[in-house]
Amino acid sequence: MAATFHGVGATVAALSSSSSSSSSSSSPSNSFGSKILLSSPSRSFSVRKRASFTMVRSEGSMNFDLNFKGRRAQQLIANAVATKADSSPASSSSKPGHELLLFEALREGLEEEMERDPRVCVMGEDVGHYGGSYKVTKGLATKFGDLRVLDTPIAENSFTGMGIGAAMTGLRPVVEGMNMGFLLLAFNQISNNCGMLHYTSGGQFTIPIVIRGPGGVGRQLGAEHSQRLESYFQSIPGIQMVACSTPYNAKGLMKAAIRSENPVILFEHVLLYNLKERIPDEDYICNLEEAEMVRPGEHVTILTYSRMRYHVMQAAKTLVNKGYDPEVIDIRSLKPFDLYTIGNSVKKTHRVLIVEECMRTGGIGASLIAAITENFNDYLDAPIMCLSSQDVPTPYAGTLEEWTVVQPAQIVAAVEQLCQ
Amino acid sequence: MALSHLAASASRSSSLLKPLSSALSLRRSISGDNSPLTVETSVPFTSHQCEAPSRSVETNPKELLTFFRDMALMRRMEIAADSLYKAKLIRGFCHLYDGQEAVAVGMEAAITKKDCIITAYRDHCTFVSRGGTLLEVFAELMGRQAGCSKGKGGSMHFYKKDSNFYGGHGIVGAQVPLGCGLAFAQKYSKDETVTFALYGDGAANQGQLFEALNISALWDLPAILVCENNHYGMGTAEWRAAKSPAYYKRGDYVPGLKVDGMDALAVKQACKFAKEHALKNGPIILEMDTYRYHGHSMSDPGSTYRTRDEISGVRQERDPIERIRKLILSHDLATEKELKDVEKEVRKEVDDAIAQAKESPMPEPSELFTNVYAKGLGVESFGADRKEVRATLP
Repeated sequence: MAATFHGVGATVAALSSSSSSSSSSSSPSNSFGSKILLSSPSRSFSVRKRASFTMVRSEGSMNFDLNFKGRRAQQLIANAVATKADSSPASSSSKPGHELLLFEALREGLEEEMERDPRVCVMGEDVGHYGGSYKVTKGLATKFGDLRVLDTPIAENSFTGMGIGAAMTGLRPVVEGMNMGFLLLAFNQISNNCGMLHYTSGGQFTIPIVIRGPGGVGRQLGAEHSQRLESYFQSIPGIQMVACSTPYNAKGLMKAAIRSENPVILFEHVLLYNLKERIPDEDYICNLEEAEMVRPGEHVTILTYSRMRYHVMQAAKTLVNKGYDPEVIDIRSLKPFDLYTIGNSVKKTHRVLIVEECMRTGGIGASLIAAITENFNDYLDAPIMCLSSQDVPTPYAGTLEEWTVVQPAQIVAAVEQLCQ
Repeated sequence: MALSHLAASASRSSSLLKPLSSALSLRRSISGDNSPLTVETSVPFTSHQCEAPSRSVETNPKELLTFFRDMALMRRMEIAADSLYKAKLIRGFCHLYDGQEAVAVGMEAAITKKDCIITAYRDHCTFVSRGGTLLEVFAELMGRQAGCSKGKGGSMHFYKKDSNFYGGHGIVGAQVPLGCGLAFAQKYSKDETVTFALYGDGAANQGQLFEALNISALWDLPAILVCENNHYGMGTAEWRAAKSPAYYKRGDYVPGLKVDGMDALAVKQACKFAKEHALKNGPIILEMDTYRYHGHSMSDPGSTYRTRDEISGVRQERDPIERIRKLILSHDLATEKELKDVEKEVRKEVDDAIAQAKESPMPEPSELFTNVYAKGLGVESFGADRKEVRATLP
């Protein structure tokens, strides 16, 4: 499989030719089994490199090339989101796979699954004729018709319930919340019916529903439209939660979620929809319960997900220049946690930093700290640090909004403190 | 063959006329036969935005005797559940359906097992009418392995997938959007079947009901919303909860029909009519005017918000089993003694089922963790620390 990263603060990962042995496994998961980061120490930490590389995994060999785009002055730290990639020589047609934006990857995944299985249908507000408020379902209504791509009235409680009822009979609906925050209205349906019906019916019904939507702090969207619902949903038994962060895993997780027999909540992020990446042409899925190793390292394990991954990678560059070697894991699976991957990492580095966009109180980080402490306490050299958003409603003013979420500078400081 | 028209009086005290040919009628065997019989419902239907069906219901002796037996079974089952609850073998919530049996039985007679039924927590009898066995009922109520949900659901979570009974829901009103979702799936698969989504007069004021009704009407779904109006939402009488207690009219643009829910034949006629209507024209609301003798649940004596006279009055005048009994006797389909024998038989059946259910063991401790997730994508979770992570394209 091939992946190209473009994006501000994206990974700068180069492949060492000696790690070709790891590529022989054909599992589509963990794409960076044994990559080593190369960085030229001559560059100052204020330079943001743009690098792109391609790995072809399945043939057991790897090609890579690095294109350093040259110096760029350091921009606003808050802007750790992909801007539209300018046409770089990296996206040449000679490389396998195709390039697309994250929302297009989601759409591709959805479209492929709808073609593959006639039971898959989409329901949500403005998903049909309008094409989706984030264009994830654009074109699907004309292709599949009104019965498979359904425009609902603004009634989250009932159309989520209807999706669950349809799922009980064997249909596989994909319910879109225009913004994750609106799904609070459907909380009863999600918690009681979606999560619990498989159990209370003694296994008679499965609910193969996918509930997805964008959440997270955007660009001055205001408090009600910047909510992180991971923390509210995480204790509902019976559901799975995943958060996508790159076009590759967005498509993979979308497909896996649709194929899964369990109800899956797929958390997307408003600011990540325009990330561009090169993804493979062939059919692939990402395992729902697995975490992604973004950057292997030795000194400290940084666990993150969704948009904070990019803040972490930006901080990672700074840290590398300062001589640290962080291991960055995108946990992806918010429920259940991939404690296997996380555990292996903790056993290696003995220090953990969690960077999340969730609120401090009762967030994903809080549960993760509990899980790690319960299972791997003996391997920790220092208390787990958790950087989360402030426990405040997200303000409208831009400067204030910046400070509700974790910034790369804070991540750097935290790692320095942790590694003392 | 004695075909007799029974003109029941419109008043609540139905005195049935003896058929003229009673002297000439042959004594039939208790199992009855399929010779057609036309009976008039107790009261005519009232309709909203549609044409009411006729009062004359086609039936036959076999059906009437089946009605009697089924309703007697349900009645006995609920009374037995009452005693089991007081003996602390059933715990938690137990909502009894006695008094309302005609709705379950009449509905079942009008539809097939391919049509879906979904209801709220007063689901014991609906489960039985959908084909559930007494053993499954009592074992589930007592939390045993032989229960229909393996003991993990309880009184409010009876389901039977193979006969399209979708439960069994504890949260008031939440089952109505689910029911409309079932109807959507039926339309999607072009099944020519319908869904009956039952709810109570208390749930009729839930917003999600109207949301779901709007979507069903918009998308022309074969959804039939059935309001089992027993006039009390737990302890609150309907006139204290709803500004407009004419629940069959609450659909506004959706047609509605008001039915005497204590008359199994009226229920059957209405459900037949509704099924035809829904397949052609989209959703319809049925309001079943019924009554429950017990309180809302076992923790509610049922007499603090209504008088004992009211309860016994309804029991005397409108009891569904008595109505069928009188019908059977007046048409000479069976003798008094035979019906009593049926009741004895039913009682024994219930007692046997209870004895059998008591022998069923409690679920194994490992059952705590099964069925939380369906096994999918080659991974099963064993608590927090999964030992295997496999990804396979299914």
